Amino acid sequence: MFKIINARFLAENIKMFEIEAAKIAKKRKAGQFVIIRIDEHGERIPLTIADSNLEKGTISLIVQGVGKTTKELNMKETGDTILDVVGPLGKPSEIENFGTAVSVGGGVGTAIAYPTAVALKEAGNYVITINGARSKDLVILEDEMKAVSDESYVTTDDGSYGFHGFVTQKLQELIDQGKKIDFVLAIGPIPMMRAIAEVTRPYKIKTVVSLNPIMIDGTGMCGGCRVIVNGKTQFACVDGPEFDAHAVDFKNLVDRNRTYADLEKKALEKFEHNCHLVEKINELEK
Amino acid sequence: MKQLTPKERMKIPRHAMIEQDPQVRNRNFEEVNLGYAEQMAIEEAQRCLQCPKPTCVEGCPVHIQIKDFIAFIAEGDFLGAVKKIKEDNALPAICGRVCPQEEQCEQACVVGKRNDPVAIGYLERFVADYERNSGKVDIPVPKPSTGKRVAIVGSGPAGLSCANDLCQLGHEVTVFEALHELGGVLVYGIPEFRLPKAIVRKEIDGLKAMGVRFETDAVIGRITTVDELLGEEGFDAVFLGVGAGLPWFMGIPGENMVGVYSANEFLTRVNLMKAYEFPNYDSPILDCHDKNVAVFGGGNTAMDAVRTAKRLGARNAYCIYRRSEREMPARVEEVKHAKEEGIQFMLLTSPLEFLGDENEWLHAVRLIKMELGEPDDSGRRRPIPIKGSEYELSIDIAIVAIGNGANPLIPQTTPDIEMSKRGTIVVDEETMKTSKKGVFAGGDIVTGGATVILAMGAGRKAAQAIDQYITSGEW
Ligand SMILES: Cc1cc2nc3c(=O)[nH]c(=O)nc-3n(C[C@H](O)[C@H](O)[C@H](O)COP(=O)(O)OP(=O)(O)OC[C@H]3O[C@@H](n4cnc5c(N)ncnc54)[C@H](O)[C@@H]3O)c2cc1C
Ligand SMILES: Cc1cc2nc3c(=O)[nH]c(=O)nc-3n(C[C@H](O)[C@H](O)[C@H](O)COP(=O)(O)OP(=O)(O)OC[C@H]3O[C@@H](n4cnc5c(N)ncnc54)[C@H](O)[C@@H]3O)c2cc1C
Ligand code: SF4
Ligand code: SF4
Ligand code: FES
Repeated sequence: MFKIINARFLAENIKMFEIEAAKIAKKRKAGQFVIIRIDEHGERIPLTIADSNLEKGTISLIVQGVGKTTKELNMKETGDTILDVVGPLGKPSEIENFGTAVSVGGGVGTAIAYPTAVALKEAGNYVITINGARSKDLVILEDEMKAVSDESYVTTDDGSYGFHGFVTQKLQELIDQGKKIDFVLAIGPIPMMRAIAEVTRPYKIKTVVSLNPIMIDGTGMCGGCRVIVNGKTQFACVDGPEFDAHAVDFKNLVDRNRTYADLEKKALEKFEHNCHLVEKINELEK
Repeated sequence: MKQLTPKERMKIPRHAMIEQDPQVRNRNFEEVNLGYAEQMAIEEAQRCLQCPKPTCVEGCPVHIQIKDFIAFIAEGDFLGAVKKIKEDNALPAICGRVCPQEEQCEQACVVGKRNDPVAIGYLERFVADYERNSGKVDIPVPKPSTGKRVAIVGSGPAGLSCANDLCQLGHEVTVFEALHELGGVLVYGIPEFRLPKAIVRKEIDGLKAMGVRFETDAVIGRITTVDELLGEEGFDAVFLGVGAGLPWFMGIPGENMVGVYSANEFLTRVNLMKAYEFPNYDSPILDCHDKNVAVFGGGNTAMDAVRTAKRLGARNAYCIYRRSEREMPARVEEVKHAKEEGIQFMLLTSPLEFLGDENEWLHAVRLIKMELGEPDDSGRRRPIPIKGSEYELSIDIAIVAIGNGANPLIPQTTPDIEMSKRGTIVVDEETMKTSKKGVFAGGDIVTGGATVILAMGAGRKAAQAIDQYITSGEW
């Protein structure tokens, strides 16, 4: 059992959890994740370790509610528990002093990019962060990102805050301004990562993405998380999750991630229906 | 008891196992074999000739005193029989169910020369079940504490049997397991219909009661390295029983399409995550109902996967294997059961390519017929493709069950342990010592995918050597 000692929403549908897991806190490095299982009936889902606190012995997870498990998780409050938290898993980010490093985060991807951005800064890079969201109220970790950046930008699709447009446009703008960029880290929805890869490809800028295939064990045992990189099969949980963006077969990842779309939809409908019923009962009781 | 002459004993026919009806069981996950009744067990035990030189014992990898335990059964002393078995095998309820007896103890039984061999496995299973159901499971009292601490990595049969012996010797034992459940392949791989999980859990409860500690959700190499176990964590020795859990794929086009599973993933979703109870349990699995499912391979894993697919409602469940039935590595009983359940075997057939739509959803596989040529390194006749025999088979789900390699997590994080070219850990065969001081290994991580009983035997061997090492301090 792992105790949640602090839970709060950062934006609509995006919640941060601080969880007691002293050993993981001590061991984890930027780029690594945990796999959690909420309860006996739960599935195992991977979540990046956004931060850790050695004194308190905690790790932070930032969760976007997209389906049954993440929505159920986001209903957990301070004091609740999670049955299983296993990690740290995956290879840590490869951190070097590249020179100028740009960290691009889209949506909840910003949370995943954050620890690596911190590590890039600590390694002596000139760090630029581009933090994208659909609109102003969905921007997360703005202050935290600013604090580790030499330059930081926020972009919104609807122009309600910061730069009006996509993160790719902002990155292209920086390149066009003649900035010498040595390294790009891009984490977010697959279409975004794919688009960033296309922006940097002509300039041969080393670009790394963190892939999010469907996982179970996270130890290399099931092969469910396999992705194609450079035409070769890799297991993202042990060989990744970070890979060379220019070598990833994004179409295969998109296709594989759709495997359970119908079933996931059903599970979510059932869950929301049940939540709705509980709410109704509570109201009636009042 | 009436004394029978050897001749009379030889004439008693072997008692068949009571089984669930094939057409019923291929729709449920309950155990196929229902076990012997007491009288059947006694009669079966009377078939044993009590040979002066029991060859059966040589056939068993851990040399269970088969003749002696069967003598107890013949006298109706079932608890005495289990006690005898447990001198050499800590997990009889499991081995009695999953050992390939026909090529081990039973193959070496002299009765088998004229008649069917004594059903050693069924008898082993019977007495272990008898003990468990009687509620009189004997939990050994460990020797006085030695103050020495041993870390066991992996809770499969190798780790469990090693933990059992070391605990009895008075050492403090902690087992670290990566998954949320204990038992290794026994829980995530072998399905309920062959090995009920409650049995595995009972064995583990016994170890807990004896004093073995278990830590789940602990991936050694990540949360703690082997060096840290020996260093700051203060363990005197480490046993690595991490198994061979890295699924091989065939390397043919289309293998990463939606609908192509490794057997490990398919079985883990069903056994460990209970996906067949979706959405009551949250892990999904592609719906097999009324679908065509093809499993590639001919071992126990392939049988488990294809029979599971059938139970999940597959219209056609194919087992596609590139050699002939004779070369199949699966236990004979599993192949027989699979056939009875309506599994369709396509032998001497090999896949060339998976075919799918533009969204990479699998819809067919291109196959080629094979013929057998000269024997290869493994002594089995090499399959050779027959030119021009290619054809397509329409399938919705494919499951690749061609074996597992060694998981690289431990070697990656403990570079000073010597590995073979195949990625397995190199050990001294007598002591199970690795090249790193204080570290021992056994089971599938040393042999590559093998059997439960061999893993168990290795765990026990290592326990002896570990005991010697930590009490003497001599490596
Ligand atoms: C290495 C890694 C790190 C991640 N880090 C974060 C993070 O920090 N914050 C965050 O909000 N999300 C993160 N994710 C994504 C997160 O795991 C999925 O959103 C979550 O599993 C969805 O589950 P669900 O039941 O809520 O949704 P579902 O409705 O079941 O699924 C929605 C989509 O999520 C993906 N998904 C479903 N099941 C799994 C699974 N078992 N493993 C992986 N993906 C799955 C599929 O693409 C699916 O279409 C990460 C994923 C990976 C692989
Ligand atoms: C589907 C299937 C069916 C089979 N059927 C039979 C059969 O009928 N008869 C038979 O004799 N054999 C059978 N086998 C083979 C048999 O199960 C194995 O040979 C045996 O389980 C090996 O035991 P082990 O203890 O070495 O490893 P495993 O049983 O593989 O256990 C290893 C354990 O270590 C854990 N682990 C791995 N890495 C780490 C780490 N870094 N940190 C912590 N824990 C870790 C794993 O999660 C796992 O729980 C079958 C195998 C499969 C896959
Ligand atoms: S452990 Fe296996 S090989 Fe040995 S006697 Fe029992 S069934 Fe036979
Ligand atoms: S070889 Fe067969 S008959 Fe002889 S002791 Fe062993 S089990 Fe009995
Ligand atoms: S999640 Fe199972 S191998 Fe990666």
